[in-house]
Amino acid sequence: MAIYLLRRAVTAAVVLLGISMVTFALLHIMSPSPGRDVLGLQASRASVAAFNRAHGFDRPLISQYLSYMNQLVHGNLGYSYKLNQSVDALLSENAGRTAMLVGVSLVIAIAIAVPLGIFQAVKRNKAADNVVTALAFTAYSMPSFFLGLLLIDLFALRLHLVNAEASQSTSAFVIFTDPRSMVLPVATMAAVSVAMYSRYQRSATLDQLAQDYIRLARAKGLPARLVLTRHLVRNACLPMVTLIGLSVPLLLAGNLVIESVFNYPGLGLLFFNSLQSDDYPVLLAYTLVSGALTVLGNLAADISLALSDPRIELA
Amino acid sequence: MTTNAQLLPAPAADGSEGGTAAAPTSGWRLALRSFGENRLAVIGVGIVVLFVLFCFAGPHFYHTNQTSVNVVNSFQPPGSGHILGTDGQGFDELGRVMLGGQSSLEVGLFAAAIATTIGTLYGTAAGLAGGYIDAIMMRFVDMLLSIPFLFIVLIVATKFSSTVLSLGLILGMFSWLVPARLVRAEVLALRNRGFVAAARVMGASGPRLAFRHLIPNALGVVVVNITFQIADAIIAVATLGFLGFGLYYPHTDWGDQLSNGVTYLTAGYWWLIFPVGICLILVVMAFNFIGDALRDAVDVRLRRR
Repeated sequence: MAIYLLRRAVTAAVVLLGISMVTFALLHIMSPSPGRDVLGLQASRASVAAFNRAHGFDRPLISQYLSYMNQLVHGNLGYSYKLNQSVDALLSENAGRTAMLVGVSLVIAIAIAVPLGIFQAVKRNKAADNVVTALAFTAYSMPSFFLGLLLIDLFALRLHLVNAEASQSTSAFVIFTDPRSMVLPVATMAAVSVAMYSRYQRSATLDQLAQDYIRLARAKGLPARLVLTRHLVRNACLPMVTLIGLSVPLLLAGNLVIESVFNYPGLGLLFFNSLQSDDYPVLLAYTLVSGALTVLGNLAADISLALSDPRIELA
Repeated sequence: MTTNAQLLPAPAADGSEGGTAAAPTSGWRLALRSFGENRLAVIGVGIVVLFVLFCFAGPHFYHTNQTSVNVVNSFQPPGSGHILGTDGQGFDELGRVMLGGQSSLEVGLFAAAIATTIGTLYGTAAGLAGGYIDAIMMRFVDMLLSIPFLFIVLIVATKFSSTVLSLGLILGMFSWLVPARLVRAEVLALRNRGFVAAARVMGASGPRLAFRHLIPNALGVVVVNITFQIADAIIAVATLGFLGFGLYYPHTDWGDQLSNGVTYLTAGYWWLIFPVGICLILVVMAFNFIGDALRDAVDVRLRRR
């Protein structure tokens, strides 16, 4: 186990290093002269050059990369010249709210998708299964922003049940303190994930239903309900462990869109605003953070699958 | 994964495998038949054909002014003179949907074509090379897959998303990773098969092996993937357009139109949102249907062997 973990950690570190190089190089191509982005089009060529020199942006790319990485390992993610704030502060200010939004929606999505997928598999090809499949397929084919718009139009503008805009509070726990403003963002994020997860859960359950141990459990006279709860559920949920770990980039992308639609002040909205103001230090830092989270998600998926399934041998 | 090599007509170079006993129903024809038996797939193809006609032939029958702004005529509700009403600039909404559909479909197809081409070539090269070259090439793919697609595409799109061509290029250049993985897995399974060994013994070069023997046999996976690529690209275009990083005026796409319509959601101008949204969902769903059915068709063919 220890050797396996060590090897996976080394691979993850190499991938992280690669991500940092690619992202840094790409952002450099997009913004070769940060002085121009910061000072604007009116600034003279001399003052742009002076800015670049003062902040070390005139050095070779390799040297800029190395000093950025040096700062990074010391916990400094850069400085947003547009917002006049350190990127560390910006990210940590918003991270809590985004984590709550993603976390709560993910828990709700899993709580709905897992039983739903199992239900569909048990009722395979009957009316109920077909209806749910059709709904899931529609939600899956819909851009998440459009689903958000539909919900706003129906529940906020026509029925006046909830607020159209997310809460602007700075508290991370706003989801629980102001549900009227937060129902729609959470529901939209959850719905998109449910559509994806329930499809996988359905096919994973179908795979398990065809196995011999299920037939044996039925043959020995175990009631159908107990066959499900005692034997099927645990095995059918194993693929979900991996799927959730692998869906980190999708969750982050979905979060970016939904925070922009509902104007929810979190990391996604910060990224969106930074795109509009060409605030490259923030873009670079959040892309690196999301890459790191993706790698961690993959790692967590492998490890938790290995822990929860004793048949998997670690090598 | 096993493949359909022996069901295909033998390539010309493989005289040893072809002979006169060629099967009358080729693998592709079997796949086509099982595809045709799938009702959803036929509906999917029907929807796609319908939308291609609607978007590209439609403007020739339904003439609208989509170039000069006419503010006096803005926000007309559906009905008299304008079947779907007009938008904030006074453009006819039905004609606008056709125009936006053109660019959405074009970008989707173009992006999928680029992603598939790069992915197929890269995956074949990695699988054929094998060993540490393969390992390095695939770790590079793993690494790029760890950077969320939307983030990278948005960053690049802030500066280079003005035209159909550049937007398709951006999306295609960052979505070749999955096809590369799929093709590489196919090639790894194929490269140890008899017909590849035979071609090698006859002195076939690397490129000849790739283009005459490996890629044609891996096409099933590629074709299935293309449809999903198109669906994903159309959603991505719409998302970029909605966030304001899509095509520039006077070009328009469905996401851009939705984004404009949202501004007037509270005013009750539903015709600016629902027709476009329904078109978007239908097209994406149609491509997903086709992809699912193609995957089943390829699988079924494998099972029949």
